[in-house]
Amino acid sequence: MKFAVLQFPASNCDQDSVHAVRALGHSSRLVWHKESSLGDADAVIIPGGFSYGDYLRTGAIARFSPVMQVVRNFADNGGLVLGLCNGFQILCEAGMLPGALVRNRDLQFHCEHVFLKTNKFDSPFTNSIPDGKILKIPIAHGEGCYFADETTLETLKGNRRILWQYCDASGNLTETANPNGSLLNIAGVCNERGNVAGLMPHPERASESILGSDDGKWIFKSVIAAFESKGARVPA
Amino acid sequence: MKAKIIVTPKKAVVDPQGKTVQNALEHMGYRGIKAVHVGKYLEVELDGGDKESARKSLDEACHKFLSNPVIEDYQLEIAD
Repeated sequence: MKFAVLQFPASNCDQDSVHAVRALGHSSRLVWHKESSLGDADAVIIPGGFSYGDYLRTGAIARFSPVMQVVRNFADNGGLVLGLCNGFQILCEAGMLPGALVRNRDLQFHCEHVFLKTNKFDSPFTNSIPDGKILKIPIAHGEGCYFADETTLETLKGNRRILWQYCDASGNLTETANPNGSLLNIAGVCNERGNVAGLMPHPERASESILGSDDGKWIFKSVIAAFESKGARVPA
Repeated sequence: MKAKIIVTPKKAVVDPQGKTVQNALEHMGYRGIKAVHVGKYLEVELDGGDKESARKSLDEACHKFLSNPVIEDYQLEIAD
């Protein structure tokens, strides 16, 4: 399977994402933000970082870059798109995912391992995660507090589109396990079609045991399994 | 001619910056402060031309780019 990893000025998890995919035996290449083609990519990763210096708002400027126009077309055609941290923020700014990420409630930048509960096991981003597995994956962000209006939150809940929530080591969705004040402890969501997902934690930083956790690999493995079983396009 | 744009967080969005500034003001002894909202101010210098068409196009820019309607409100003023 071939992954395209986008690269914006001030992306800083691009190489980690490339490595995480290659470590699983698949192909991955960087695509510069000025490019207007994704080539023969089967899936797109929008990596973490501080694209365009986080100027104006996180992700606000990156969404207008040439490469994001082709990513939008790619997603409209059912292609798999995964946004990690800043990538999640970019997808929300682009309106490809609902809601927005705002300043952490305590105004602190949080860089630590968190626990995640996965809610939907049949999505292209979660299908390979072992049942009941609580993922231990790091976060590193200052603007990761997920916000959406009540109607949107109800829709997300009803359609089982909240893929990951912050929890404690036993899987309880507690206030203390919520590192940034996200509504409903939301760590990651997907779009209605199910082919675009974003999460604030960094699975690419937890994809090999030498990194302290290899739980992040399950998310990449899910994308690969979805591609291998169902092809590169999610039907509308 | 210039456009003055004020972007503020929506009331439904928790504004920890505003709350922290409010707390600091209270610690300093300023009384009677009900709430503080921290936003941003943008000044856009314009080449001149028609005020109404400038307002229309900047209003669109505010909605599409300069603010995020999910979390922010904006006020746009065109000044001479």
